Amino acid sequence: MALQSLDIAKRSATTTEPPQARKTLEVAKLIDVSKCIGCKACQVACLQWNDLHEEVGSCGGTYDNPTDMTANSWTVMRYAEVESEERGLEWLIRKDGCMHCEDPGCLKACPAPGAIIKYANGIVDFHQENCIGCGYCVAGCPFNVPRISKKDSKAYKCTLCSDRVAVGLEPACVKVCPTGSISFGSKEDMKELADERITELKERGFKNAGLYDPAGVGGTHVMYVLNHADKPSLYSGLPADPTIAPTVSLWKGFAKPLAMAGIAAAALGGLFHYVMKGPNEVSKEIEAEVEKELEAEK
Amino acid sequence: MQLSRRQFFKVAAGGLTGSSLVAMGFSPTAALAEVRTFKLARTTETRNTCPYCSVGCGIIMYSLGDKAKNVHAEIIHIEGDPDHPVNRGSLCPKGAGLLDFVHSKNRLKYPEVREPGTKEWKRIGWDEAFTRIAKLMKEDRDANFVAKNADGVTVNRWLTTGFLAASASSNESGYITHKVVRSLGMLAFDNQARV
Repeated sequence: MALQSLDIAKRSATTTEPPQARKTLEVAKLIDVSKCIGCKACQVACLQWNDLHEEVGSCGGTYDNPTDMTANSWTVMRYAEVESEERGLEWLIRKDGCMHCEDPGCLKACPAPGAIIKYANGIVDFHQENCIGCGYCVAGCPFNVPRISKKDSKAYKCTLCSDRVAVGLEPACVKVCPTGSISFGSKEDMKELADERITELKERGFKNAGLYDPAGVGGTHVMYVLNHADKPSLYSGLPADPTIAPTVSLWKGFAKPLAMAGIAAAALGGLFHYVMKGPNEVSKEIEAEVEKELEAEK
Repeated sequence: MQLSRRQFFKVAAGGLTGSSLVAMGFSPTAALAEVRTFKLARTTETRNTCPYCSVGCGIIMYSLGDKAKNVHAEIIHIEGDPDHPVNRGSLCPKGAGLLDFVHSKNRLKYPEVREPGTKEWKRIGWDEAFTRIAKLMKEDRDANFVAKNADGVTVNRWLTTGFLAASASSNESGYITHKVVRSLGMLAFDNQARV
């Protein structure tokens, strides 16, 4: 029996295997940027559901408000004005937030056991009670999502409303969206829904419309339908081919096990040496001899 | 490997200490990870209509407690009503933030009047407010009502007072508001019935 409402697939800084016999539904959120009107209902719903409050900030010259994600604002709308000869001026609005990677870089980089959990349904969740505030998750994230709170020095980000999904509800942002730009369901269904929409967009002249489900991080559980999928960077710098930073992969994938083996070998060697040879003591005979010599000198 | 009597005791004592520490609770934490508990599990759900615009989205207000005698209900969360035909659970950013509107310090909860020449708002009773409004409306209508225009055609206009009635009201209240206001001759008028 599981002792939690969602099955765990991966746990930060933990080597024991999670239970894998059960197979639960893999979920996904699909954000269709071509349907988004940038109303920010999702931002408000996120704050309300998660009992968060954002301070009144300053205007950065665009509609971005707040201008960046914070420890309180786990999702923000990013407004990009893009000019091209082909299509003239376009206003590309993207709901930014955690992508819930299949292979999460934050989890890989995290040194605190159980601070980052990936559930079997695909949700990547932060558990602040286990967070040590080191900020490695920020370095490990290919999308620059986690934010460290100034209040408690712990990392926060979108939970995909794991508490709602655990009881069979959709995330708060999905429910609130008045244009139907955000959808939620099984990952398979979301891909089908995206295909239908992409066909529609292509018929309307967006010949490069496509799905953003980057393979570099094993696919994501938050996917975008982009009308210019050939250039994701147009959407306020969405990375074209996100991957976990090589330093994190190298350190956690190769260097860490090697170092662990080295430490274990040294400890084990020490133990065996102690048991077999005992401590390095001066024998009584030598001690007596030395004392005699000292007395003779006096 | 050869163990002396002394070495055997050392190893046995080490093992005993370790297992005793675990038994006393100094063990590594179990590999658990529970999501935040669903905060609406036993709240009271009350259906209502969003008070902002004339779209009239359905909302559900979640309040603390089960309405037992000694419990003082307090709204802790508001969400769109998924069964409402108008919005089917969705809301705009203003509607999504209704909780802060409900708990706002600036929320108007009783009639107030600002007398001519003052800058202070004064709290008054409902009866006083209704009487005052009715009296002022009648005075204004008696003074400015236009029964016939310059050509002698009956127009029955009252142009000096406007009426702004509630949005998000039912067909019936829209109909009644319309009847009352239009039969007084008022033209500057807006309410739900426009939508």
